[in-house]
Formats: sequence, C-alpha cells, structure tokens
Amino acid sequence: MTIKEIQKEIVDEFSMFDDWMERYEYMIELGKSLPLIEAQYKTDDNIIKGCQSKVWVHAELDTDKLVFTADSEAIITKGIIAILIRTFSKQSPKDILEAKTDFIDEIGLKEHLSPTRANGLVSMIKQLKMYAIAYQTQLK
Amino acid sequence: MTKTPLDIHTIRRDFPILNREVNGKPLVYLDNAATSQTPQQVIDVIVEYYSSYNANIHRGVHSLSQEATDAYEQARIKIQEHFNAAQSHEIIFSSGTTHSINLVANGFSSLLKKGDEILVSAMEHHSNIVPWQMLCERTGAVLRVIPMNDNGELVMEEYSKLLSPKTKLVFCNHVSNALGTVNPVEQIIEEAHKIGAAVLLDGAQAAPHIKADMQQLDVDFYTVSAHKMCGPTGVGILYGKEEWLNKLPPYQGGGEMIAEVTFEKTTYADLPHKFEAGTPNICGGIAFGAALDYMNAIGFEAIAKYEHELLEYATSALLKIEDLKIFGTAKEKTTVISFNIEGIHPYDIGVILDKLGIAVRTGHHCAQPIMDFFKIPGTVRASFSFYNTKEEVDVLVAGVKRAKTMLQ
Repeated sequence: MTIKEIQKEIVDEFSMFDDWMERYEYMIELGKSLPLIEAQYKTDDNIIKGCQSKVWVHAELDTDKLVFTADSEAIITKGIIAILIRTFSKQSPKDILEAKTDFIDEIGLKEHLSPTRANGLVSMIKQLKMYAIAYQTQLK
Repeated sequence: MTKTPLDIHTIRRDFPILNREVNGKPLVYLDNAATSQTPQQVIDVIVEYYSSYNANIHRGVHSLSQEATDAYEQARIKIQEHFNAAQSHEIIFSSGTTHSINLVANGFSSLLKKGDEILVSAMEHHSNIVPWQMLCERTGAVLRVIPMNDNGELVMEEYSKLLSPKTKLVFCNHVSNALGTVNPVEQIIEEAHKIGAAVLLDGAQAAPHIKADMQQLDVDFYTVSAHKMCGPTGVGILYGKEEWLNKLPPYQGGGEMIAEVTFEKTTYADLPHKFEAGTPNICGGIAFGAALDYMNAIGFEAIAKYEHELLEYATSALLKIEDLKIFGTAKEKTTVISFNIEGIHPYDIGVILDKLGIAVRTGHHCAQPIMDFFKIPGTVRASFSFYNTKEEVDVLVAGVKRAKTMLQ
C-alpha cells in the first residue's frame, strides 16, 4: 500500500467515531500495536526533542525500504507515533519525504499539529523525515 | 472586625474569559500558577491608557506625557504601599520576575569573588537557578543547595549548617511554583543576616496569595510578576533595599537611566531610574497598580481564607481517587496541587482534561530538580485562584476519574 492509501484507511477508521472520546480511545488502542523499539536503541540519542513525554524512534533499512520502531512513556503520544509509523514504515525514503501529513487534521487530531503543543507531533514528523533524508543519501 | 466571605459569583462576573468555552465545554481554568486571568477593571485601565493618554514618560513637557508619567509613578507608589517598602524608589519596574532576578545576579557579579558561596533552595524554578549558575561561572563563586524533605519542605537544620562567612547570597522562592510550599522565609532571612549574607526572595508565586511586608520581613530583594496577580504579562517589579540597589551597578545601558552623557563618561541616574533603561512597559505598570487595587478591594485575608478552603476541599476530593499521589504535602501551602496517578503519564491526563475544558499544567513546571528528587517525569498541576469554585473542583475530580478510566 502507498502512504496515501494507508492514510485514507486510517481516516476511514477514525470516521466511524462520533466523538473525541471514542477517537482517543481508538488512538490508545493503536498505540498498543506500535512496533516497539528494541531496548538497545532506547537511548537518549534516539529521544525526539520537543515532546513533553519521552518518545524514542529507531529506523532501519530493509533493502530499499525504511522500517521504524518506537516507544513513548505516554499512551496518547504512543498512539500518535503509532499512526505516523503505520503510514511511513516499509516505505521508500523518497516516498516518505514526499508524503503529506494533512490526514492528521482529518482524523480530528488537529490540535496536536499546533507548534505550541507539547507533545511534539510536528517534531515527530520532522524526525521521521530526517531519517528518510539520511537513508536516501545512503541509498545513493 | 467581621469579614464577609467572598461573593465568588459576583467576582467571577469581573472576569470575561471565565465565560468562554473550550472544546465545547465551559472553561475550568486551573492554571493560575502559570498566569492568572484579568478582571474587566484592569482591562478597562489598559484600554483607557491606549485610548486617552498613551505617551512616553519622564521627559515630555506636553500634557499627555505628564498624565502618563503621573499614572505610572502613582502605580509605583501603590506597589510600594502594597508591599510596604520604605521608599518608592526601592520599587524597580521590570519585565517580570525573571528579569528582576537577572538584574540582581548581574549586579552581584561585580561584588563576588572566587570561593564566595551562594545558597539556593532545592525547590527553585529554573529562572532562579540558571542566573546563579551563570553568575558562578563568571565569578568563581560556588552554588550550594538547601535540601528538601519528602513533603517538599526545606530542611532548615541543613540550611543553618550551609551558612558560613563565605555565604554572600541566599536565594529562595517564597512559595514553590511546583509544590505550593510556603517557605519559612522569616527564619531564612534572620539566619542569613546574622552572617551578613543578602537574601533574595522570588515572590512570583507568593504575591497572588500573601501580602508580603518588605520592612517586616527585612528582606534585601523581592521579585514579583504582575501577570500572576490579575495584571498583564510583561511587567513586574524588583524590590531592593536602597543600600543594596545603590551598591549594584546598572544592568542595562540606555535612555532613562542616565544623568549626564558625554563620549568620555556617563553618570547614572538616581534610583529607581538607574535600573530602568529605555521606555518601560508604561501601560503594564499602570495596569499592575490597578490589579493591586482590585485584589486589595477584595482583601488578601478574605482571599487567603477562601483559597485555603478550596485547597482543603480539592486535596481531600482528589485523594479519594485510587492510586492518586500528591507531591508537595507541606504544612504551609498555597493553592497548588501537583499530582500523578500511578501508571499514567501526566501528559496523558492533561490532554484528556483539556478535551473536557479543564486547563491544568503538565510537565516539570520549570523545576526539573524537584522532579528528579521525586524520580518522576513530571506532574499534573492544578492551581486555584480566588475566582475558582468548589463546583469547578468537582469538575476537575470527575475529569481526572474519567481520564483514569480511559488511560489505565
């Protein structure tokens, strides 16, 4: 599936819910399926700056696709990073770099996009794209 | 003298913002330790200033400038009277507590030498740690820490032991922003003075609740931010004893702070202008005076009594929630409740409470050393003001319970 297709799938899933509580509960559920980062990579170097709760992300290259794993102390944050990883993992660095992230707005999590928001969704997206830049250079 | 209890519902009508909704729910504003809300009476003063007598002060001969200067200097006198400073020129307008502290820290860099010691309490806000660390780097002085116990109270026996002839300065908050502890400032000052050390109290969190008397405390420096006590942001004061303010060199150079300038030499203006370079926050200073008028009309005794009731009510209601732990259980506290629920990150609770229209603070509250002490990443902090109600406490408690069900 392309990033766009996965994002559409997520938007469809969230559209089933009527209120914010159900959406948040679903996000918490998604957090539980997050591909967890291995203990050896859960280091200070892999913490994403700008988040109020600690978020660790690791990226590995599988042939020409990037595979992300992550974890967070806070379960809402874990849900958010799980959604991002679901869209970006097993994709090429080029596709990740070109991908838009407007779907966050569509699933009713717009407030997390504000740069003042302490959870650092913006920092997470930036970090995932930084990995894509780094591995794209490596692939060349 | 009989004191009438506060008429909260009348008081709440003074605060237009309290009528708004957040995420479709009535706003429950419990982040007062970060900033308080502004009553219409203060908003009117701000509007009046810009609509009728906005002008630069202290140098214009025209009427507007004189009106603005009069209003600004009257505000200084109101502040002097409120804090019972001996003289109005001991009140220096600043942009707030952080600015005031930096002003003193900068001034002391010319008074300290290698090996001198500065004491800070273990429960300081970062703004009261970092300037002293920078000062120590510049001067070779040593920073030492007054420890606290598990209740979030300073260990005064250790404080006494830390004091020595090397101690030149003691810095402590009057009230802790993260825990709400009211520190035993009288004792801190008395003991420091015995060995000739100066004391700066950060009054940012105390001033909204406690009317501190500068002469009675005999404190050397005291800092306040207007925005924590119904005033606007970007303005505050440094109180300093005249003898200390005369000893400190100016902080910033510029207009207003000079007596005479030639290219060879500049002589500085007298107090308070020596420390007030450039055009100040004129409107802010005037509005700060109006905020003090507003709070004094209600009365600090009545405020303290009511807030104490709110604190007790909220503490006992929150403690009924299973797995909830309060950090900061000092005997003397203001209306700050820092808490966590076991197994839940404070950030998650904050997000859910926001969805319910409840504003609290989550995180380390700019006091990471305190969080390290308790070995926690942060807390949820609910901080109340005199315009909060018991009904709002109930909404908070229900919100925390709901968050707990969702998150645990």
